[in-house]
Amino acid sequence: MATNTENLVEVENLYMYFPVLAGVMRRKVGDVKAIDGVSFTIRKGETLGLVGESGCGKTTTGRCILQLYKITDGKITFNGRDVTKMKGNTLRHVRKDMQLIFQDPYASLDPRMNAGSIIGEPMLVHNLVKKGKEYNEQVAELLRLVQLEPYMADRYPHEFSGGQRQRLGIARALATRPELIICDEPVSALDVSIQTQIITLLIRLREEMNLTYLFIAHDLSVVRHISDRVAVMYLGKIMEITSSDELYDNPLHPYTQALLSAVPIPDPVVDRQRKRVLLTGDVPSPVNPPPGCNFHPRCHMAIDICREQTPEFRDIENDHWVACHRV
Amino acid sequence: MVGESACGKSVSAMSILQLIPYPPGIIVGGKVLFKGKDLLRATDEELRKVRGAQIAMIFQEPTTSLNPVLSVRLQISESLELHRGISRHEGYEEAIKLIKLVGIPDAERRAEDYPYQFSGGMQQRIMMAMALACNPDLIIADEPTTSLDVTVQAQLLELIDNLRSQYGTAVILITHNLGVVARYVDRVNVMYAGRLVESGPTDVIYGAPRHPYTMGLIRSVPRLDLPRKRKLYVIDGLPPHLAHLPEGCAFSPRCKFAIDRCHKERPELEEVGEYHLSACFRRNEAEIFKREEED
Repeated sequence: MATNTENLVEVENLYMYFPVLAGVMRRKVGDVKAIDGVSFTIRKGETLGLVGESGCGKTTTGRCILQLYKITDGKITFNGRDVTKMKGNTLRHVRKDMQLIFQDPYASLDPRMNAGSIIGEPMLVHNLVKKGKEYNEQVAELLRLVQLEPYMADRYPHEFSGGQRQRLGIARALATRPELIICDEPVSALDVSIQTQIITLLIRLREEMNLTYLFIAHDLSVVRHISDRVAVMYLGKIMEITSSDELYDNPLHPYTQALLSAVPIPDPVVDRQRKRVLLTGDVPSPVNPPPGCNFHPRCHMAIDICREQTPEFRDIENDHWVACHRV
Repeated sequence: MVGESACGKSVSAMSILQLIPYPPGIIVGGKVLFKGKDLLRATDEELRKVRGAQIAMIFQEPTTSLNPVLSVRLQISESLELHRGISRHEGYEEAIKLIKLVGIPDAERRAEDYPYQFSGGMQQRIMMAMALACNPDLIIADEPTTSLDVTVQAQLLELIDNLRSQYGTAVILITHNLGVVARYVDRVNVMYAGRLVESGPTDVIYGAPRHPYTMGLIRSVPRLDLPRKRKLYVIDGLPPHLAHLPEGCAFSPRCKFAIDRCHKERPELEEVGEYHLSACFRRNEAEIFKREEED
């Protein structure tokens, strides 16, 4: 619930380029422009959804906030402090307050650690508690929080189902009592009935523990359900940001419109009446993005100016930001 | 065919063409009637004439299903040479026509490319060209768009749908995406733990489902057209392990409406309406369930 207008995270003009190396000498021949000038804020207590197709830079954005990459340019503040310049202990201290939930519950848990140590490790790393009775109690509490049983602490990841593993991943993220959790496609590897269980859990935890989420996903129905505001990314740039309801009721960017219409509604009667915008072609390579607006080669509304000038990211009204010449 | 992972969707489809590796898989009973003939009784020679020619398959992962060291043109023309006995040269010409048909621009040049030179969506189009090559009567598409982005998914499903109506090909679409089913499918089979639990016309399955699993599944997904803060319906628990199925109805441990009988006997599919079947002892009380849940 966005009752607070204070910003927890501010991202300003973020650029993240990865060098492309080639040849025997591994010389740099180009850049993958994973994030190409992105600005947004995450308010305290809100859930910001980040949607886009694969390779658009959603995950990279999340990882930049956590300082898992050394960013190329830009500024990221967390609670008013610039995290891009932090090092060593200061950085570690801030990281306690921001945690990550990964997409793949199979690859993100160490198979040789039992559930208790997986969940407890962050608390030990950050010296929040020493091993002993209190530690055990806190691990048990965390397990209960994600609707697992405390006796499961002795089990190993392979003994859990996919949904249960994702619960472990969530418990691990909660262990340090963070303010911000970056959820990177937390449900896309799960089955429909299990997805709903995890979404419902995430919403409950947010309310109970006053959490702020950056919710990264490609499933627009899931993102809309959980987010207060949504940002739409395409090829390293943000195309549109606005409140969840506004985005779905009144999408302004042609890409957002196409994305929304590509999602069928699970009700044949309702779905038949929807207008469809079908995109042609594939997403271009981020090594060599098209000039002007990134989206113009696939856009049915593109005119000359779209091919030449990058559209400005501007506030149309009531905090509804769009980067499009034709709006 | 819809259902969650490991419910038997793919295995059912693979069994039609007997593509289940043996060992360990073995078809222990039943019939697969195709144009009135039982494929399970066909000889290997007869089966080979059906596979790829009359029944074609599109697999989930184009990256692993295409041969990385053959040009796509060769891969498409291979089935034509085998089934229609045409020359390699004629096969090449046909392959280019097919590549055009599935909407890949610059077909002549692209035909010589290898799978790695195509994006995931384009690779899946190549798979479709291969499936269409011999003008089959039935195409089995096993999660054809699951690994692809939504806009590309929409393009491909639209293409399958157009080709289906253009050539009158029947399609079995296997998916776990209830939206895709609602948009593209005429009839739905819902599977759970290795069995069909409900079957019927799409509008009926979505509008008036008669099995608690179908009802729960449809109501558990977030929808773009309904209020955002709507509470999602949660099906508790996990699907059972197929080697340790519970006694009675396999869904009974997760079912909010299970009665004693459900834990002891297994319900069979029975008709509940025109072309509409449900495997549930309480199939006639669906309306009551709906009201109870809404309260």
